[in-house]
Amino acid sequence: MMNNPVIALLLLIPLLGGIAALLIRRDNPRRALLVSVAGIHFLFSFTAEGAPSLHEGWFALDPLGRLFLCITSTLFLIVSIYSLGYLARERSLEKEVRTDFESHSMFANGPESLLTACLLFFLTAMTLVCVSNHLGLLWVAIEATTLASAPMIYFHRRQQSLEAAWKYLLICSIGIALALFGNFLLAVSTATLSGGEVELLLGDLLDQAPLLQPTWLKAAFIFLLVGYGTKMGLAPLHTWLPDAHSESPSFVSALLSGALLNCAFLGILRAMQILNAANLAAFGQELLILFGLLSMGLAATFILHQRNFKRMLAYSSVEHMGILALGVGLGGAGIFGSMFHAVNHSLTKAMLFLAAGNILAKLKSKSTLDITGLSKSMPVTAALWLCGFLAITGSPPFGSFLSEFTILKAAIDQEHFVIAVAYLLILSIVFIVMGTIVLHMYQGSPLVEPDLPRERELWISVIPPAVLGSLALILGVYIPPFLQRMLAEASQQLGGAL
Amino acid sequence: MSDLIFVLLILTGFVFLGSGRLQFSIRTLALQGILLGSIPFLGSLQGLMGRVTFIASMSLIIKGLILPYFLTRAMHRSKAMHEDHPYVGFTASMLVGIVCLGVSFWLTSRLPVIESKPSQMAIAVAFFNLFVGLFVIMSRRKALTQVLGYLVMENGAYIFGVAYAIEAPFLVEFGILLDVFVAVFVMGIMIFHISKSFDHIDTDQLSSLVE
Repeated sequence: MMNNPVIALLLLIPLLGGIAALLIRRDNPRRALLVSVAGIHFLFSFTAEGAPSLHEGWFALDPLGRLFLCITSTLFLIVSIYSLGYLARERSLEKEVRTDFESHSMFANGPESLLTACLLFFLTAMTLVCVSNHLGLLWVAIEATTLASAPMIYFHRRQQSLEAAWKYLLICSIGIALALFGNFLLAVSTATLSGGEVELLLGDLLDQAPLLQPTWLKAAFIFLLVGYGTKMGLAPLHTWLPDAHSESPSFVSALLSGALLNCAFLGILRAMQILNAANLAAFGQELLILFGLLSMGLAATFILHQRNFKRMLAYSSVEHMGILALGVGLGGAGIFGSMFHAVNHSLTKAMLFLAAGNILAKLKSKSTLDITGLSKSMPVTAALWLCGFLAITGSPPFGSFLSEFTILKAAIDQEHFVIAVAYLLILSIVFIVMGTIVLHMYQGSPLVEPDLPRERELWISVIPPAVLGSLALILGVYIPPFLQRMLAEASQQLGGAL
Repeated sequence: MSDLIFVLLILTGFVFLGSGRLQFSIRTLALQGILLGSIPFLGSLQGLMGRVTFIASMSLIIKGLILPYFLTRAMHRSKAMHEDHPYVGFTASMLVGIVCLGVSFWLTSRLPVIESKPSQMAIAVAFFNLFVGLFVIMSRRKALTQVLGYLVMENGAYIFGVAYAIEAPFLVEFGILLDVFVAVFVMGIMIFHISKSFDHIDTDQLSSLVE
């Protein structure tokens, strides 16, 4: 059974790493452990193709799962390297009493070992989401991602962080309880099968989908969509997202936005697969289009008067989750566009959050009004910030242009002209508004105290976002064959065509 | 016999809506946990296998004893014994409960009957507890009460699973229980932090993060 235990290793390595991180007292070995686990996980993820399934098909890597696993693993590796610089800086600041620049109250950090352990448990949980082919197990895994990530949001022991972590935990738990209900409804819909109920194994469900009781199946889909949609950040259930993203350490925000939201999306995609197989695709697609456009529209209005650049990025994530849902809702080529956009969004958004982390660390402000003249005070980060803005708004040389364009084309091809117009309108509003904010921060002369020491930017805090940015740029001109194949196979699973 | 349990589960939902004393709410929740855990034992006894018995007893112990004990401790440590000023008063909450009950039965009537399954009552009770939990989370101030609301929601989903005897494999059942347990554990720790840094656990003070 364990001839090729790749899947087991993918799960066990970060799990054991996390437990070890709790026990290691010295900083350097623990940080080395974090990066090496991330590196090993990365290698295994990209060579896991064709890994045999475990436990009678419960754990298996289909193209869809592999796509999301590769995104998660790539992001985690790059972010964990970035985190080394962050953790070292936080450690050096700990010697003095720290005052929060927003509420002016004193605060300390949580234990670094706990943060590292939670990061690795988080990776384990996300891997489990990607390899679960049993819907019950998938539910357990998605709930586990919430539990592993909540303590990370509260790393800075400040009141606002506590508030954000509480909201996150509570709202996502509500969502997950609804999704549990959805799973049970799905199980009941199998009661009409001749052989009685089947286990919620994805393969079995897909085989027998046309025989499932349609009304119960639809009810199940609604609950799964709302439940996992809460976690994915689809409006109007996104309210935890801006708080959690703006209050957690920036590299954690990068992971939340780039990896966690995708994992919740995968939960919805699994439900969509079953609807497709049951010939009820139209029902699910309408709902996804509705939620998608709603999320995009709502996010655009909130970006419109945003004074906090991390919250701006968070709302931009809501917008992009809307785009992903819309793409799948449109079907056909839109599904390929949506899968490709998931890759682009993850790379770009993580890059932006890492750059935001650099700005925050140096200028001690999240306000878009206070910050000007980045190009002079921190030129490399400023350049990354500007490129990130162009990439996230889907400007031409970047991969996101291609993916957003594919989704637009799908809307036009299917003669959904109203959707196409709304989509374009929202994208342009976001482009203009974010452009105004980002350019304001980029240009001009620095407002902050002139006696701020002009120190060089550390390579460890600019190389990781630069790598992410380059990947996003390369995808705009060249999609490597393995990725092309993975994307095509993943969209085929969802009933899409190229 | 199982209809009696469903009626009791509806009643506990109402008691939960109408009570402001946290100790009492926790006990109500414990009662719900015990009722839930005993459903599998009341059904057809011949079909009871070792695995089902084990999971049912474990859920009974966790939901009926361990979580209530843990929540009571959190209550004492945060020195919050009473839900003082809920956003929606207790009498109004009861009225909302009646509406929830009506909506639950209406929703249930919209779903087609499945022959091989027990009474439709189970799904109505499940919807009802789901709505009650959601309403409590939205209408109460204390962090602890919100956790209780979450548990009532979770129970709602669980009632459905248990009553319809959905064959969830051991790994999943165990995972669900473990997740709920850890969730409440983490929430309990956070309540402790909230009470330490805000001097109380009213979540309306958690409002610095608004647009």
